[in-house]
Amino acid sequence: MDLDFTAAEDAFRHEARTWLAAHVPRTPLRSLETAEGFAEHRAWERTLSADRWSVVSWPSAYGGRDRSLLEWLVFEEEYYAAGAPARVAQNGIHLLAPTLFEHGSAEQCARVLPAMASGATIWAQAWSEPEAGSDLASLRSVGVRTAGGWLLRGQKTWSSRAAFADRAFGLFRTHPDADRPHRGLTYVMFPLDADGVTVRPVRRLDGKPAFAELFLDDVFVPDADVVGEPGRGWSVAMSTAGNERGPTLRSPGRFTSAARRLVGLWHAHADRDDTGLRDRVADAVIRARAYQLSAYEDATRLAEGGAPGAKSSLTKVFWSELDLALHETALDVLGPYGELADGAGDAPARGAWAEGYTFSLAGPIYAGTNEIQRDIIAERLLGLPRGTRRA
Amino acid sequence: MRFLLDTEQTAFGHTLDRMLSAADTPAVVRAWAAGNHGPGLAVWERLADAGVFAVAVPRAYGGMGPLPVELCVAFVALGRHAVPGPLVETVTAVALLSRLAERGEPAPAEEWLPRLGAGKARVTVALADGGPYALDADAADATFVVTGGHHALRLATGHGPVQPSLDPARRLSRPLTGGEPLAGGPAVRDAASYATGWAAFTTAAQALGVGLALLERTVAYARTRTQFGAAIGSFQAVKHRLADALLGLEFARPLLHGAAVALASGAPGAGAEIAAAKVAACDAAYAAARTALQVHGAIGYTAECDVSLWLGKARALRSAWGTPAACRARALELFDQ
Repeated sequence: MDLDFTAAEDAFRHEARTWLAAHVPRTPLRSLETAEGFAEHRAWERTLSADRWSVVSWPSAYGGRDRSLLEWLVFEEEYYAAGAPARVAQNGIHLLAPTLFEHGSAEQCARVLPAMASGATIWAQAWSEPEAGSDLASLRSVGVRTAGGWLLRGQKTWSSRAAFADRAFGLFRTHPDADRPHRGLTYVMFPLDADGVTVRPVRRLDGKPAFAELFLDDVFVPDADVVGEPGRGWSVAMSTAGNERGPTLRSPGRFTSAARRLVGLWHAHADRDDTGLRDRVADAVIRARAYQLSAYEDATRLAEGGAPGAKSSLTKVFWSELDLALHETALDVLGPYGELADGAGDAPARGAWAEGYTFSLAGPIYAGTNEIQRDIIAERLLGLPRGTRRA
Repeated sequence: MRFLLDTEQTAFGHTLDRMLSAADTPAVVRAWAAGNHGPGLAVWERLADAGVFAVAVPRAYGGMGPLPVELCVAFVALGRHAVPGPLVETVTAVALLSRLAERGEPAPAEEWLPRLGAGKARVTVALADGGPYALDADAADATFVVTGGHHALRLATGHGPVQPSLDPARRLSRPLTGGEPLAGGPAVRDAASYATGWAAFTTAAQALGVGLALLERTVAYARTRTQFGAAIGSFQAVKHRLADALLGLEFARPLLHGAAVALASGAPGAGAEIAAAKVAACDAAYAAARTALQVHGAIGYTAECDVSLWLGKARALRSAWGTPAACRARALELFDQ
């Protein structure tokens, strides 16, 4: 057992660090949840991809570098340590792309992935509906068969990034006679500027339009934009749900770098006699390190042919609660400055802590609420009996 | 990088698990708590035969170590089966004496390490940073004492009355003062600080095993105990407590393994890695204990229920060899610029 990097991995880290030092914008970009900030972040995606840094773990044919999960973790450590911008393309890269790699056709991969890698197409997810949140399989939006494709009808909501994104992916009920709610669904990709699509931005707690409602009125989707077999959308979506919950969507590098900044904040601002606060800073450090090491375990397991499976539910609960605790602690360390929103002129770190805090509040809710994850942990990892929640 | 146990390390853990499952450790623990050391010493001998102490002792003294990853595996198994005795303290003494030998005081190491590695001797320790008590001095062949201030190492001439612990199988006593000094000065100070790290590390591994045992037993209980016509483990309130217990244990393990790797490489940051592992493992074990008690209900609150053997240990190990506050203060160094 070791934590050693090979010479090639060290060289890769050095190369990433050097590139980031030369390219990360000196002035932080505006929030990606605003129109102008979204455009700035899209431009950053182009800068990243121009030198093949946007999707290092992808095959080179689609704009990647064929790097391992471990090397991706290394890149992410360097990325966040360099203070690089949040990734506006992440929902496509971490949710849709793994599904395409597993279930997409060669034509779909060739058409969709390079544009995703370059930031030319920014993707939003379209899972939830007003009556289908945690109980996603009860969704009601439909796809009706038509010549050469499907007509989408219904309403999606809590669609992250959809206020400004180009396209979306989600599940639609195409076979209403199926015997179980999670059968008869189809996984489709559709443009957000198509005829019949109405996008109504929804403002999150701090007022920014971080997500949107989508109203779909006979939106045509060609067969070429169905991922996997029609009617098998649930298993297509669930086969890669681990990507959303596992270490890839929220990389350990985010948290180790934030914990490092928190320690700096503690040293600079805190009342050193406040051992209660010091213990919370220490807990954030300990948990960030635990998450980093756990991801190294995952990388080893993957390299040896293993799969994340239900363990990704543990990971999701862990990172989402760590993110929240870390930011809550930072705001407490900041004392009277902790309540300043990211737009305030006096906001510490140009509002990064406030923005991170607001973002972290959503973590225990999206990607399957932490209550759903705890059910999965109890039933699939501990072997406890299923309750009455599901049919 | 390969950050997982290898097949031999995994097999070592399984061997110990099988052996200890067959040893009826609950009866051994109860005997030990009553001052009857016989069954515990028999288990000690079998642990020695399996190599548990040899992996702590350097090759120069007839051992196979020090191998921190193997020690971690062993102590997780020891905690899982609630094995009593000065296990951590024997490893701590090994670290203390071997470090002292490296610092130019080889005599105590030459005298004790071959016997400790072979399981022919059991010792306990009282180090200034670990509190005033020695564990299980009444079952040990020697008690090594390092006093604060002038940092002298001596062998205690005996021990005071046993002070019952919240874990009845942990028999604490104060070493008697006096006794011939074996060494002193900066070498002793350095060796004691080094040994305290190994004590915290093996305590953390033991705590992880304690937590795993509590979770396993509680999950088994929740699957079979019925109320309102259903297994209580089908109720979401119960499930979520058990899921949280697993969460804590699952993310303590990589920290322990990280500490083992740091110890093996002799990295200067090992102390912070150990402290982080100790906080995480002891917190996780204690949370598992609280959940175990709550899910078992009244039966779990009795001394007759075997779960009690782990409940007390989870509490005691939290403050043994490094309090939560001291470990957190140290863990801050992990990400200090």
